[in-house]
Amino acid sequence: MSARASSLTAASAVLHRDLLLAARRPGEWLQPLGFFVLVTVLFPLALDPEAARLRQIAPAALWVSLLLASLLALEFLYREDARDGTLEQFALSGQSFTALLLAKTATHWLLTGLPMVLAGPLAALSLGAPLSAVPGVFVALLLGSVSLSLIGAIGAGLTLGTRRGGALLSLLVLPLVMPVLVYGARATAQAIVGEEMSEALYLLSAMGVLALTLAPLAAAAAVRISME
Amino acid sequence: MGSSPAVRTTRSDNLLEVTELHLWRGDRHLLRGLGFRVEAGQLLQLLWPNGTGKTSLLRCIAGFLHPEEGSIAWQGASVRADPVAFHWAVAYLGHETALKDDLTPFENLRYACALRTHHQPDQLRTALDAAGLGAIDPQLPVRNLSAGQKRRVALARLALWDATLWLLDEPAANLDAQGQAVFERLLGAHLAAGGAAIVATHRAVELPQVHCRLWRQPQEAMQ
Repeated sequence: MSARASSLTAASAVLHRDLLLAARRPGEWLQPLGFFVLVTVLFPLALDPEAARLRQIAPAALWVSLLLASLLALEFLYREDARDGTLEQFALSGQSFTALLLAKTATHWLLTGLPMVLAGPLAALSLGAPLSAVPGVFVALLLGSVSLSLIGAIGAGLTLGTRRGGALLSLLVLPLVMPVLVYGARATAQAIVGEEMSEALYLLSAMGVLALTLAPLAAAAAVRISME
Repeated sequence: MGSSPAVRTTRSDNLLEVTELHLWRGDRHLLRGLGFRVEAGQLLQLLWPNGTGKTSLLRCIAGFLHPEEGSIAWQGASVRADPVAFHWAVAYLGHETALKDDLTPFENLRYACALRTHHQPDQLRTALDAAGLGAIDPQLPVRNLSAGQKRRVALARLALWDATLWLLDEPAANLDAQGQAVFERLLGAHLAAGGAAIVATHRAVELPQVHCRLWRQPQEAMQ
């Protein structure tokens, strides 16, 4: 018999497959990006468009939009694979279930998180942030969005068994990601006014590492429970 | 319970052994102390009436459901003790075919089988041909296939999955007579190669030179 595939090969196959599926159906993963851009653009319209005022609320606007847009996307993370039986095949593949699901989360981040991270600095500029803030805003969003996807995957797994899990998902995930919101918004504010932001970035990185080590295990356990 | 690894090897063709299995679903005592063995080359067909736990038993063996009591042993060792080894030996085909609507049958096979072993594209095409899907347009996504054709793709995946024990839940659903023949041919080849299968169905298959056992009621003995 031919050689068994390693977990890494299997996980990269999952990643490749999900990217191909996304390419065939671009509407789904463009939605969160559209939502993110739209909400950040709505702020200047609703507030008076005075630059100093906008600059003040820019961090909050960016991070709340990012958070809500990623919640919107999370609902679709496992749903289809659970419905059509793919997750069952994952569980019986003999490969690490955690690794395969982490590959799905990674693809999900590439398709929904990364576009928002790239659009974030532009949104910040439109909210009156100086050009010098762009690298800082980018790094803060990059670190924060990784944690959001990883932690959100736990909520997506837990709400798989429920019929309409969207609201429940938000209630579960929002409290867990509050630290990311706090330090992400803080780092962004510091970047905009040109202050030293390393402290907040260190904390965001620490949260990212913690999420990367623990969240995939919790997400896999949550998905297993939902398959009963 | 208590099957220790030392028991292994006594009879190598005794693959799966289920003892005193009790399963509750909600407040229903669905499986009441089931016990059976499946040996290499054997086909066990569950012909129980609807709602008596065929699917639950298969999902229990696959490890999706956890029985309240009883043990499931694979080649003498408890499945719980080494789930990964058991998963490498088992293939499951449930009600859902686990195919992606937006991918072609070939792409579906390629990504599904990449989880297990490396296959040459030719092997995948041969498997599709063997399932009677050689004539359809290769660019056609699974979305545009009929339910029976989707089943055939799933059967082709099963044959490539390289597993010793097949757990099949209504595998012949939606299959026409020719599809049924494809299924029987694949199953026959699998059993002849020393595999085993547990099939939940309403239409028992007859395979020449195969030890086919029928089980008509969960309370009754097997034939």
